[in-house]
Amino acid sequence: MHPFSLSRPTDVLAAIAAHAQNARLAFIAGGTDLIGLMKDRVTLPDHLLDINRLVGISQIEALRDGGLRIGALARMSDVAANPDVRSRFPVIAESLLFAASGQLRNMATIGGNIMQRTRCTYFRDEDDLPCNKRRPGSGCSARYGINRNHAIFGWSDDCVATHPSDLAVALAALDANVLVRNPGGQRLIPFAGFYRLPGNTPEHDNVLERGDLIVAIEVPARNEGGASHYLKLRDRQSYEFALVSAAVAVAADRRRISLARIGMGGVAHKPWRLTRSEAALRGVSLDDIGALKLALAVSFADARPLAHNAFKIELAQRVALRALETAGARL
Amino acid sequence: MRVDVSMIVNGSLRTLEVEPRTTLLDALRDELALTGPKKSCDRGECGACTVHIEGRRILSCMTLAAMHDGHQITTIEGLESNGSLHSLQEMFIEHDGFQCGFCTSGQIMSAVAMIEEARAGWPSAATTDVTKPFTIEDLSPAEIRERMSGNLCRCSCYPNIVAAVAEVAGRR
Repeated sequence: MHPFSLSRPTDVLAAIAAHAQNARLAFIAGGTDLIGLMKDRVTLPDHLLDINRLVGISQIEALRDGGLRIGALARMSDVAANPDVRSRFPVIAESLLFAASGQLRNMATIGGNIMQRTRCTYFRDEDDLPCNKRRPGSGCSARYGINRNHAIFGWSDDCVATHPSDLAVALAALDANVLVRNPGGQRLIPFAGFYRLPGNTPEHDNVLERGDLIVAIEVPARNEGGASHYLKLRDRQSYEFALVSAAVAVAADRRRISLARIGMGGVAHKPWRLTRSEAALRGVSLDDIGALKLALAVSFADARPLAHNAFKIELAQRVALRALETAGARL
Repeated sequence: MRVDVSMIVNGSLRTLEVEPRTTLLDALRDELALTGPKKSCDRGECGACTVHIEGRRILSCMTLAAMHDGHQITTIEGLESNGSLHSLQEMFIEHDGFQCGFCTSGQIMSAVAMIEEARAGWPSAATTDVTKPFTIEDLSPAEIRERMSGNLCRCSCYPNIVAAVAEVAGRR
């Protein structure tokens, strides 16, 4: 790795002030993504600020109203094993357990998980191939390259990458909020507005700015949270990023859907909500597979496959259907 | 820039002066001559560098030594006690759980901590229903395979590794 300096403060405000003042400074928590990016020379910060000693941002709290507050420094494995997380929002526990490996889940944090960068092989290529996300203006190697793993929704000619986080798909489906602190104070960013589509500035994955530190994720109480499920399809059965995944939470009145929340991973630059399908599913019986399929198809009318990933359109609908059935079985 | 790091490594206090960019793996191997943890992929993909920090299994290639001042580290060299092998080391021999041996220290360090995770009731991606409590009795071969998927074996000794882990997990 390139040489850099390192500091290990304990005070949140001091860490934020240092970040705000130095454009060449990066926060490091679990390090499981950042260290790989530095080894591959994708990211070359001059200074790392180790946030692991910051006080007060690692607790997992089950709120009295039925919601959750997950500190940014909570480890993936602790959140996945937490009894309140598992009973209130199984989709969150499952999205974490289907990600990475046992060792990585003991290291990686919740804040870092939603900040991880795309697995597009051109972005991470050691030979520094053209990539607008890595080097703005250099071009997109995947647009007309090997793009089997890439987006079918929301991409631009400048970037066709997908977001790799499984947890983010679950949090998007649940309309969670990201609690962010900066020198000016604290603000809640709804998940729907946290990530960006690539447009012509794919170097920005999300709306965070210099001086911002994620301190927690807040999951509002959801009646449908208990009837939720995360289904992930990948090229091998374990320890792999998603080809396509679905996070579903559902509420029903005598098997007729009253509310469905569906987020999909592996299909876009951000977790992709099937908003139109969610509306079409209202009133449909969980036992009427034909009607469920028709309602799910609504959101795929505007899918735009690339040269190598048209299969994802059919696959994603099957994943969403099976996740919906499994979530429905938890009612 | 160099920073001082003091760690309890295999029960002994060790103080080092390292560059911030030194990974924990490089510090263990090059500064402390603990070559049990192996440098294989160096990208968090193979598990050969697995060690314990405060009893938890982690990948030492994907963390910086300077981030672990004050921590307790255990490597495969620290697993035996009073000259006797850990039961998992014995079972790897008994069940022929290795051929070339390059992944073995990572496999064993991972498995020792994994069994503790299962005893603590942690579910996995192989768990049928994460909303229900998990006990060590639920640690089936499928559960072991899923929980050990972060450790690759190029010689493909997987069935024997699973047998060794299952035997130790089944004892108290």
